[in-house]
Amino acid sequence: MPNTVQEIVNRFSQLGIELSEKEIEERLQKLTSEFKVPIGEAKRSVVNYFLKEHDIDRSQYYAGSTNDITAIQDINQEGRWVTLKVKVIQLWEANHESIVQVGLVGDETGIIKFTMFQGVTIPEPLEEGKSYLIKTAVTGVWQGKYQINMNKATSITEIEEDVEVGRQTAEFTGVIVDVQTGSGLIKRCPECNRALSKGVCTEHGKVEGVYDLRIKAVIDDGKTTQEAIINKELSEKLTNITLVEAKDMATEALDHNIVTDRIKSKIIGRYYTIVGTKIDRYLIVSEIKALPKITKEAVDELLSQLHTTQTEGSTTHSTLDCVAIEQSKNTNEEAL
Amino acid sequence: MEENLQYVREPAKRIFAQELQESNLTYKEEDDQYSKQYLITQTGARINRLYITGTLIEKENIGNETEYWRARITDPTGAFFIYAGQYQQEAADAIVRIEPPGFVAVIGKPNIYTTPEGATMTSVRPETIQVIEEDTIDQWIVDTAHQTLQRLNDKDNPVAKQASAHYQTDLTRYKEMIITALSAVR
Repeated sequence: MPNTVQEIVNRFSQLGIELSEKEIEERLQKLTSEFKVPIGEAKRSVVNYFLKEHDIDRSQYYAGSTNDITAIQDINQEGRWVTLKVKVIQLWEANHESIVQVGLVGDETGIIKFTMFQGVTIPEPLEEGKSYLIKTAVTGVWQGKYQINMNKATSITEIEEDVEVGRQTAEFTGVIVDVQTGSGLIKRCPECNRALSKGVCTEHGKVEGVYDLRIKAVIDDGKTTQEAIINKELSEKLTNITLVEAKDMATEALDHNIVTDRIKSKIIGRYYTIVGTKIDRYLIVSEIKALPKITKEAVDELLSQLHTTQTEGSTTHSTLDCVAIEQSKNTNEEAL
Repeated sequence: MEENLQYVREPAKRIFAQELQESNLTYKEEDDQYSKQYLITQTGARINRLYITGTLIEKENIGNETEYWRARITDPTGAFFIYAGQYQQEAADAIVRIEPPGFVAVIGKPNIYTTPEGATMTSVRPETIQVIEEDTIDQWIVDTAHQTLQRLNDKDNPVAKQASAHYQTDLTRYKEMIITALSAVR
């Protein structure tokens, strides 16, 4: 409570208005203890009261309250005001009249979806590949994922600096334990390339889809799991099923699922090393290799660890890691 | 609220048949019939899902009106029992197709059954069963040996402490089990 009071006093004093701490506290107290209002709501209501009292615009109060630049990876709460320095990665068509632009922006630490509503201070629309300073956007959650919303409090300026987008590549060795729905033979929207669901694009409605092959796999090392997206080229090599063959298979069986079943039978339960770009919870795979055969050395190494009894807190580095390292040395004999 | 929205998939733990057979300590995070159940094993693995490989050597339909398949899958240390019925249709279909003996991989959930006499039996309820190659069996043995050894060496792990209090785990026996398993890799 004292923090909240102080925060309100400070913010108003920045706007040139001195409020009485006592009055703020009394109002907060009344709402929270007498009327059982949650502190966040109470704060909001008290702030609104004083804004009206002194005839200050809401957006003015909330704007400029954050000048420090936030890294995308640090966004972990909704309803926070943030200032970001980002590059526009992708723009989608907005599907609502109150939405001006939707897309993805990224900085060194990650990538996040944004939604720009009417009223944002911006000379011209955002362009893909350009970098911007986005002041006072607000964080939100949509379907369990963080995004940023830009509204009339937000101001955007283009910057000279070319923001580097962190596309951290990651490597993961484990077993493919699941192939998710949406894998196998799919159709994509010819306009926006989105995967269709029952022949319908979420953006463009009923369209004549274009066939594609992809695998959404879950790879698991016994401690954590990683979802991976494998594109057509890699899927074809991995499963030895080409897109053409997949189409023939599905036509003959009058069922797309036959392709998914074949893919499952070829990859589930086997060990792979994947390399790719992390986006959100997915690893977009750029390289996938089957784990090579177990060598006698790997077995002997483990046996020697077992025979040295009393292995006090021994640092057993993963045998699979060793194998994976050996594999990368071992030129692409096993490469798929 | 944000945290709860993030669904985290349970990793598939690696465990040898002997250890699974000899484990029967269950644990729930909350006391609710829908909350996740875990099996705490002798060496302190906390299992809600597992990945095993081996040789399917026997299968039998033990159901009456509806099919209910039991399969026996062996690894170098013992046997896993797999039960698949109408609610594990994909896995049951796979069992029907596979001619024993054959190499298979299973991803599934541990299941504890207590007999009227009070004895417990630990089996696997499969999510998926696939026919695999022998190389994968060797990879699994080495992987499982490694992860079991890590658990044996991790003495500070609270789950391991809980396990050893319940089972009085004989660590030497489990080291021997790992050696037996590794010896089967050519």
